Amino acid sequence: MTKFEKTSSFSRRSVLLGGGALVVSIGAAVSLETVLDIGNAYAQGAKPPLTPDQLSSYIAVNADGTVSAFFGKMDMGHGLHVAIGQIVAEELDVPFKAVKVIMADTAYTVNQGGASGSTGIQLGGKQMRMAAAEARRVLVEMAAGLLSVPADKLAVADGVVSATDDKAKRISYKEMIGGKYFNVTLDWNKQMGNALYAPGKAQPKKPSEYKIVGQPIKREDVAPKVFAIEDFVTDVKVPGMVHGRMIHPAIAGSLPVKVDESSIRQYPGARVVWDKGFLGVVADKEWDAIQAAEKLKVEWSVVAPPFPDQATLYDHIRKAPVRKAAVDIQNGNVDEAFKTAAKVIEAEYEWPFQSHASMGPACALVEIKDGNVVCWSGTQKSHFVQQGVAATLGVPVANVRVIQKAGPGSYGRNDADDCASDAAVLAKAVGKPVRLQYMRDQGTGWDPKGPASTHRARIALDASGKVTAYEFTSKAFSRVDVDTNGSKPQDTLAGQAQGVALKSGDGFGVPAESYAFDNKRMGWETIPPLLERSSPLRTSHLRDPVGPQIHFASESFMDEVAAAVGADPIEFRLRYVKEARDVAVIKAAAEKSGWVTRTSPRKDQTGNKVSGRGIAYSQRNGTRVAIVAEVDIDRSTGKIFARKFTVAHDCGQIINPDGLVKCIEGNIVQGVSRTLWEEVTFDRKAVTSVDWISYPILDITETPGEVNVVLIDHPEIAPSGAGEPSIRPVAAAIANAIFDATGVRIRRVPFSPDRVKAALS
Amino acid sequence: MTQKFNLTIDGKSHMVDADPDMPLLYALRDDVGLNNPHFGCGLAQCGACTVQLDGQAIRSCVTPLSAVGNGKITTLAGLGTPEKPHPLQTAYVEEQVPQCGYCINGWIMTAAAFLATKKKPSEAEIKDALSGLKCRCGTHISILKAVKRAATMMG
Repeated sequence: MTKFEKTSSFSRRSVLLGGGALVVSIGAAVSLETVLDIGNAYAQGAKPPLTPDQLSSYIAVNADGTVSAFFGKMDMGHGLHVAIGQIVAEELDVPFKAVKVIMADTAYTVNQGGASGSTGIQLGGKQMRMAAAEARRVLVEMAAGLLSVPADKLAVADGVVSATDDKAKRISYKEMIGGKYFNVTLDWNKQMGNALYAPGKAQPKKPSEYKIVGQPIKREDVAPKVFAIEDFVTDVKVPGMVHGRMIHPAIAGSLPVKVDESSIRQYPGARVVWDKGFLGVVADKEWDAIQAAEKLKVEWSVVAPPFPDQATLYDHIRKAPVRKAAVDIQNGNVDEAFKTAAKVIEAEYEWPFQSHASMGPACALVEIKDGNVVCWSGTQKSHFVQQGVAATLGVPVANVRVIQKAGPGSYGRNDADDCASDAAVLAKAVGKPVRLQYMRDQGTGWDPKGPASTHRARIALDASGKVTAYEFTSKAFSRVDVDTNGSKPQDTLAGQAQGVALKSGDGFGVPAESYAFDNKRMGWETIPPLLERSSPLRTSHLRDPVGPQIHFASESFMDEVAAAVGADPIEFRLRYVKEARDVAVIKAAAEKSGWVTRTSPRKDQTGNKVSGRGIAYSQRNGTRVAIVAEVDIDRSTGKIFARKFTVAHDCGQIINPDGLVKCIEGNIVQGVSRTLWEEVTFDRKAVTSVDWISYPILDITETPGEVNVVLIDHPEIAPSGAGEPSIRPVAAAIANAIFDATGVRIRRVPFSPDRVKAALS
Repeated sequence: MTQKFNLTIDGKSHMVDADPDMPLLYALRDDVGLNNPHFGCGLAQCGACTVQLDGQAIRSCVTPLSAVGNGKITTLAGLGTPEKPHPLQTAYVEEQVPQCGYCINGWIMTAAAFLATKKKPSEAEIKDALSGLKCRCGTHISILKAVKRAATMMG
C-alpha cells in the first residue's frame, strides 16, 4: 500500500466512521469495493515498524484465527503469561486458548520494562488490556462496514462478530484480518519501559462483564518442564559453539598482570580472553573450559584488601560518610514534638547483604554473524540487555537481538545481565558463538547483592500513651550501585573489568504504610560502596528491593511500641492505620488466623519449646498485605520453625486467583528463608558465601506447615502487583512472633540458630 | 586421556568418548545432548543434576564417568512421557508446582526413587527423604502437596 492510498483510505474512513453517519452511508449505497478499502485502512500485509505506537506491536490475528499477544515484559515463574493471555482474550472476546503470549524477544516485542517491580499486570497488563480493547474496537468497526450493520448492533463471541438481531450476518476476525497486520496508530505517551502506555480509542470492558479475567486458569508451561521438553537458556546450542568460563580474582579489585596461556594448552580449543580486568577462557568442550579456568596460571596485582571485617559491618555503615540524604515523607513538626514527649522509645535494626543465589548460575549464549548479534539470555530485562550487549560490542542496538529463555530463576538484577555481556566479549574475541555459564561460586559470590542496612526508629508518646511523633531513618548502602539492568557497560562486570568507572547511584526507600501520626518524618541516607570497581558486594535490586529490610525494622518497631504501651499489636495498629484497605487486610489476617486480643509477650509458657504469634503489615505500590506468623522456638538450640502463616492480600482486581496464591506462597517461603538463614559473608578480601553450605537457604524440612491466603478482590480497582509485596512483611511478622514467644526482641537478620540462642541466653 | 564409555540412558545405548574423571552431567548434556538434568552447583549441594543410577538418585555433577559402570541411567525425560506419565509428573502438573522449574530434576528424581521403595510415607518421611534439595523460588509447599498426591496415586 502506497502512502497516498493509505492517506486516502484513512480520510474516507474518518468520514464514514463519523458516528451515526456511518450507519446511514454504509447501510445505503456504499459499494463492496469501498467497504474493503475501509478494512484496508486497518489491515495490511506488511508489518508496520515495531514501535510502541503501533497496535501491531502488541496484537496480531494469525492466519489460522489464533491471536498473538506480543508482550515486552516476561514471566519469571509466576505464570504472568497466563494472566496476560486472560486479559487479552477477555478484551478481544476470543477463547483463552486462542491467545499465544510471546514474551520478551526483542525481535517481536517493544520495551515494556521487562520483569520489574511487580508491574507485570499493573503496567504491562494495563497496556495489553488497552491494546486488545482497541483491536476489538477496530475489528468491530471493520465488521460494521463489511456486514452493513451498525457497530452498536454487533456482538463478538469467540472471535466472530455477528449482528445481534440477525446471527446469519457474521464475520470472523480471521476472515477480516487473519495473517495480516493491524494498521492502527495508538496514543503513545512517548515513554519506554515500565512507563510505556499507548491506549487507543477503545474503553476496556467493565469488570461486571468479565468471563475470563478472574478465572483460575492453569499454566500450560508446567507440563513441558515436568517432562523435560522445555528448553532453558542453558540448553540452547548453535553450530560451531564453544564454551566459556570466567575467572575472578581472589582479592576483589585485583587485576591480572601475567597470564600463562600455555598452562591450558592441553585442552582442545582452549583460548584465553584477557582485557584489563576481564579474564575468561573458552574451550571446545564444556568440561575442558571448566578445567582450563581452574588450571590457568594467572599472576594478580597486589592490592589492599578492600573490605572491612564483617563483624564491623554495621559500625562501618553507622560511621560512613552520608553520600545522599533524603526525607520522603514528612508532616507536622517532629523535632518539636519529641522535645515535649512524655516518653520516647527508640530502636535500631540491621539487615545484611543478601544474594540472589539463583538456582543455577547465569548462562548466556552469544552468536555474532555478519555484524548481527543474537544473545540467548535468562535475563528478566531483555531489551536492556540488548542495549548492554550493543554497547559492549560497539554495534547499533538494532543489530542485536536478545531472545529471553527460561533461566535458573530470577528475583531482580541477578547475575544474568553480567553473563550476557561477558559472553558477548568472549564471542567477539574468539570469533565463534560462545555459551558461557558461570560456576556456583560466581553465581552466589559475584552477583549484585541486596544492600546491607541499618534503620533507626523512634516514637514520642504523650502521658496517655498516644503517639505524638514518629521518625524513621535508614542508613545503608545504596540499592543501586549498579543499575537494575545491564544496559550500560558501567553497570556490568564486563564493562567495569574493561575499565569503565562505576557510577554508583543513590537510592533507598521508606516504610509504605498509612499510620496517621500528627508528626511524622521518614527518610534515608546512603553511603559509598566498599569498592569502586567489579565488586562482589556491589548492590542492586533483589526481590522487593529494600522492602524486607525497611519493613522488618518499621513493623518490628510498631510491635515494640505496642508492647511498651500495653496494647495488643493489632489493636495498636488499628488505632493509627488510616486507609480502609489497610485496615481490611489487617482485620482479615487477624480473623482468619484466629487472633486473640492480648498483649505480647505471652506469659503462660515454660520450658524450652515455646510458641508465639506476630503480625506485620505493609503496602507496596497499591497492594496491601498483612501477615500473621505463628512460630515455634526451641530455646535450647535457637532453632525457629516458622510453622504457620496467614496472609491477607489485596492487589485490587484479581486476574487469576490460583496463580496469585502460588505467587504468594513462593514469597512467603523465600521470605522465611531470607529471614532465618540468609547472610552474605565476607572477609577482608572477598565474599566467602559462595555455595549452598556457606549461603544456606530454607530446607524442605523447615517449610511452613501452613500458608493460608485470604485474597481480597476489588474488581473495580485497577490491579496492582503481587510478585513482591507479600515478601515484605515476613521478617517482621516472624520477629514479632519470636518476641511474643520469648519476650526477646531480635533486631538483626538473619535469625540463625546461633544468633537466636545467644539472644535468648 | 579420553576413554570410551557405553552408557545406557533411558533405555538407549550411547557411546561417549571422554575423560573418565568428567562428571556424568557433562556427558548427558554435552555428549548425548540431553536438555536435562541441569548444572546447579557442581558440588552435590542442590540436586538440579539428579538422575537415577539403577534406581538410586545420584548427583550427576559429581559422579565421574568411571564410576557409572554398566548401570542403567534414568533421567527426568525417561521417567515418563505426556502419554505415559510417572505419577509424580502427573501430580506436578496437577499441583502446578514449578516456578522457574530449574530445580525439578532433583525433586522428582529423588522423590521417584523414594516412593519406589516407600509406600504411604508420612509427611515427615517425605521431608527427610527430600532434605538437602534446593528450590530457590520457594515452591516447597506445592512440592510437598505433589509428592503426597503421587504417593496416594502409587498406593
